[in-house]
Amino acid sequence: MLDLDAGKYAAFVWPAYGLTALVFLGMIVFTLRASARWRRKAQKDGE
Amino acid sequence: MIPAPAFLSNPERFMAFSRWAAPMFGVTAVVLALAGLWLGFTAPEDYQQGDTVRIMFIHVPAAWLSMFVYVCLAVASFLALVFRHALADAAAQAAAPLGAAFTFLALVTGALWGRPMWGAWWVWDARLTSVLVLFLVYLAYIALRASLDDEAKAARAGAILALVGAVNLPVVKFSVDWWNTLHQGASVFRKQGPAMTNEFLWPLLLMGLAFMAAFGSLWLVGIRAQVWRRRAEAAALRAARG
Repeated sequence: MLDLDAGKYAAFVWPAYGLTALVFLGMIVFTLRASARWRRKAQKDGE
Repeated sequence: MIPAPAFLSNPERFMAFSRWAAPMFGVTAVVLALAGLWLGFTAPEDYQQGDTVRIMFIHVPAAWLSMFVYVCLAVASFLALVFRHALADAAAQAAAPLGAAFTFLALVTGALWGRPMWGAWWVWDARLTSVLVLFLVYLAYIALRASLDDEAKAARAGAILALVGAVNLPVVKFSVDWWNTLHQGASVFRKQGPAMTNEFLWPLLLMGLAFMAAFGSLWLVGIRAQVWRRRAEAAALRAARG
């Protein structure tokens, strides 16, 4: 059974998972935006 | 000369390969992470650590990746330095920010685990200090690359820094064996086998593979961005020359 109650340690467990989600989100957004930006510029300048 | 796989030595083939491989790794990462999280949050509390044991499922994979990404950075830097291969340099450049992010995650989730278990957010023991040095080496690499306009000079200087920084990797790995540290020793990859039961080991391994697949996906996308950046800059240079 899923146990999401971290009890007295919730103040440590959930910030750890929240930060991990944020860092992954940051890596995804940063990488995809850089990729899209340079792809557009390469296609535009290559024409 | 060391023969490289075709997709690594030819940018066109790499772009064709990474076009399908990057999303495939991404989907694999999501599936593995969902399975790992499910098993991690259905595992019982640890008898000593209570619910804080669930931090292990993100802290340990982040720590593994902090070192694995550096190995990728060092190998790519070596290939770029010795064979002057542009794609290897792009691979090194794309790996650095991802490695820095994983190392940052390992440090902060470690602090969030250490406070309730050790009674301290941070101690200057050999493992924590060597991982902090690893993080600083990543930042130094990124700063060095950003500070030099000449692409060839930046690639050479970055590669030398990355290879010198690789000396820190065995220190990170074996610090818990060489010195008395508050940080525990290896508990998964050791001669006697894992020091934990399967109900903790499986979610940990699944999360480790999920982090690895996520890195694979983001790294490929990052290298593609570097290839496009270089093409755009080359086109801009040709246009400026008329």
